[in-house]
Amino acid sequence: MEIDPFIFRLSIFILSIFIGYYVVWSVTPSLHTPLMSVTNAISSVIIVGAIIAGLAGNYDNIFNTSSIFGFLAISLAAINIFGGFLVTQRMLSMYKKKKKDK
Amino acid sequence: MISANLSAIFYLISGVLFILALRGLSSPETSRQGNFFGILGMVIAITVTFLSIGSFSSGFVYVLIFLLIGGLIGAFIAYKIPMTAMPELVAGFHSLVGLAAVFVAISAFLNPEAFNLGSPENIKLGSLIEMSIGAAVGAITFSGSIIAFLKLQGIMSGSPITFKGQHPLNALILISIVIVTYLLCSTQSANFFWILLAVSFLIGFLLIIPIGGADMPVVISMLNSYSGWAAAGIGFTLENTALIITGALVGSSGAILSYIMCKGMNRSFFNVILGGFGATDQTSSSLSKEQKPVKNGNAEDAAFLMKNASSVIIVPGYGMAVAQAQHALREMVDTLKKNDIKVSYAIHPVAGRMPGHMNVLLAEANVPYDEVFELEEINNDFANADVAFVIGANDVTNPAAKTDPQSPIYGMPVLDVEKCKSVLFVKRSLSPGYAGIDNDLFYKENTLMLFADAKKMTEDITKNL
Repeated sequence: MEIDPFIFRLSIFILSIFIGYYVVWSVTPSLHTPLMSVTNAISSVIIVGAIIAGLAGNYDNIFNTSSIFGFLAISLAAINIFGGFLVTQRMLSMYKKKKKDK
Repeated sequence: MISANLSAIFYLISGVLFILALRGLSSPETSRQGNFFGILGMVIAITVTFLSIGSFSSGFVYVLIFLLIGGLIGAFIAYKIPMTAMPELVAGFHSLVGLAAVFVAISAFLNPEAFNLGSPENIKLGSLIEMSIGAAVGAITFSGSIIAFLKLQGIMSGSPITFKGQHPLNALILISIVIVTYLLCSTQSANFFWILLAVSFLIGFLLIIPIGGADMPVVISMLNSYSGWAAAGIGFTLENTALIITGALVGSSGAILSYIMCKGMNRSFFNVILGGFGATDQTSSSLSKEQKPVKNGNAEDAAFLMKNASSVIIVPGYGMAVAQAQHALREMVDTLKKNDIKVSYAIHPVAGRMPGHMNVLLAEANVPYDEVFELEEINNDFANADVAFVIGANDVTNPAAKTDPQSPIYGMPVLDVEKCKSVLFVKRSLSPGYAGIDNDLFYKENTLMLFADAKKMTEDITKNL
């Protein structure tokens, strides 16, 4: 009997939860705010679904109800991707070590 | 056009890059590289999606246009936003992830052929369940984050909004979500899909309104987690590995942060979620103690104390963020250091309105991160320090958490500020903190209260040093 592909996806999902668990515990508490903004940015990889939805319309009819929701989702996710990564970068560039002048 | 197998491998690669992005945050040195990995993973995922669709029809132009619009808005926000507004920004971003998940789910429901999920009114059962979960969690994330955003922004009052029958109502709505999902799956009727979305929006709203402003660190972390689970739900629908991996990462990340925040307040997760904390006894306890004498000082006294100290520990809190006093504080510390006074910073896990809030503000003010310590690292040092400078923090220093079993914050880990030789407390008034309880520290012999705006007081002290 064949294994349903769903089971493989579920395995990836469960294992990723464990990876997330251990990786996030190793994040230093002083970087918890950047952690939130970067997880925000990466969860916007949902944009791949939005792109598929946006391009689902046919040639005569680029905008149908389904693709309009796709296009809107593209913009929303893009705000998050650009905003999230850039603000994370801005924050991280501020973390500096003590200058060794003394 | 690239094959489905090849694109699946690329999605896996971007998933791995996302793991490395989080891994990089284990230290500030590797964090920037981590962020780069994240960006790379995103670029790969988007590029592969374009390539796998292949037909570069005119719709493609619109995709780019919408991508650009969103990108410009996002970049603009990222550069403009002041660091003190990070909690609002993160809450706002969570709401967008939630809404995007809802929109993708709607799209997939209306046009399942585009996603290989079957045909309208005949969607594969598994996909429909996954889609419903993604849509419902996305909707809860959206409306919950909007409320969190409004509360953090001050548009909505930070005080908990409670009413009779709140918990039974919420429970009823949650049960109805399960029932509607079941009906949706058995009938495939679009009506049930819309009802599911409406009910989910409603419950997100109702779940967050009873939670008070100072519990926002938990709420933000929790919504962070939800946005991840929503993404994972959609990832299952789209059979997309990158999305499943990311959803799981973000989901567990938010859950861990919520746990850390709850531990920092010594409260159970459910206790926070059920809300209403600080709504009772606010007046009675503060009035009775208002009569006690406090030592009132000014900037000169504070400067004198600090000048004669050999080590000073600074305890920042939300008040520092409100007053935007971080730069003034850093200038004061620079002056102290010139006089060979050892200065360090002590950060309580729940100081501020989101995890790590104080650290970011201090970093913005050019405070080196190796002078900033977490509660466990620094708590023993208070006994050897001469001056504790508490700026905008309150409950996290309250010794009642250790001594008074009657206190609502009893058992919460606190900074042992009272062990210092002298304590300087910058505060606008004697009013109690969010927990609505009086801080015994105000009335201690060695405490000097400095009633002023945090920024102005810090500047005045610097002048007097």
